[in-house]
Amino acid sequence: MKPIIAAPLLALLAAFALPAHADRYNVPKNAAFEEECASCHLAYPPQMLHADSWRAMMGDLSHHFGSDASIDEKRRTAIADFLVANSGGRKTGNTRDAKGKPLLRITETARFEKKHREISAATWKRASIKSPANCTACHKQAAAGYYNEHSITIPK
Amino acid sequence: MRHLPVIAAAIFTVGAHAETPRDFLARFEKEAGTAASAERGARFFTTKQGGEWSCASCHTDKPTQAGRHAKTDKAITPLAPAANAERFTDAAKVDKWFRRNCNDTLNRVCSAQEKADVMAWLLSLK
Ligand code: HEC
Ligand code: HEC
Ligand code: HEC
Repeated sequence: MKPIIAAPLLALLAAFALPAHADRYNVPKNAAFEEECASCHLAYPPQMLHADSWRAMMGDLSHHFGSDASIDEKRRTAIADFLVANSGGRKTGNTRDAKGKPLLRITETARFEKKHREISAATWKRASIKSPANCTACHKQAAAGYYNEHSITIPK
Repeated sequence: MRHLPVIAAAIFTVGAHAETPRDFLARFEKEAGTAASAERGARFFTTKQGGEWSCASCHTDKPTQAGRHAKTDKAITPLAPAANAERFTDAAKVDKWFRRNCNDTLNRVCSAQEKADVMAWLLSLK
């Protein structure tokens, strides 16, 4: 009986031990998403794009930002459904370009640009950073969904 | 007796999750119809084939070490089975990554011969 009670209790305690605002970009648990979308880069939080952006991205994984990220059809639709179900709300802001086409990059959204206004073009290009999409370079705990200022260090 | 290979093949397909790195070498050699060459595999893996990347761009030219994704910088665990017991144990995973990574480095799929050569080289690394 003991371990059955202990496991959920521990999980509950662990959840409470986290800083209050830490769950802001918690990536919901999903085995297929983790396996297929966190192998080449960290798992980007589904909340950071709207449903139409995710639908557009999931519609062409063979040409995914210059990489072949193709998967079988069953997994593709399952992950697309997961992303759409957990996609951004009002706080995410506009995720379309000037012509109304859904943006595919979080790093091109107005919200991202606003939050990163202070970072110069030269900083983004540093060898230690490589690309704005490399969230982990500065947000040390990004893989766990933490993006708040307490865990940011901009590498030299 | 004539049906035995067919049955064996069927069992292998169903039991895809229980494969070993040597099974892949055997499979690719059989598909290629010739023996693999570790030396050719090393050359193939470490030199660019017309594209921006070689396999070594992400997996390093010493795949017993960890690598880094050339574009995203994400860490990649070693590819050589001697350094990473999880590698080459799941046919669906192996086929998926050969397809993607060959497309990204060669703009085409790899031939059975190329895959056999790479396997022979990776298996030779200690
Ligand atoms: C084969 C490797 C690979 C796989 C698998 C992969 N991606 Fe990507 N992804 C990339 C590359 C390369 C980039 C571009 C990174 C850059 O510009 O620095 C990228 C970029 C992205 C971006 C945009 C980042 C930005 O600039 O805001 C999103 C969002 C994204 N991927 C989501 C996904 C999702 C969802 C999946 C799973 C269905 C997935 N990726 C699977 C390679 C991959
Ligand atoms: C070059 C380093 C760097 C990179 C790379 C980077 N960020 Fe940031 N990020 C920052 C800085 C600096 C801030 C601003 C902190 C502040 O002003 O409070 C920030 C702020 C944020 C915030 C707001 C945090 C808050 O508490 O309001 C979010 C969300 C965020 N980044 C997400 C991302 C995502 C997602 C990526 C990758 C697609 C990324 N960042 C890539 C440096 C970076
Ligand atoms: C742009 C980066 C990149 C390049 C170039 C690249 N790979 Fe990969 N490779 C990856 C990533 C990312 C993974 C999956 C992450 C992981 O499993 O650690 C992977 C996984 C694999 C796997 C899966 C093995 C297993 O069983 O886990 C094989 C096989 C493989 N790569 C072979 C190759 C070959 C052969 C080449 C050259 C034709 C190549 N790769 C080029 C990034 C790359």
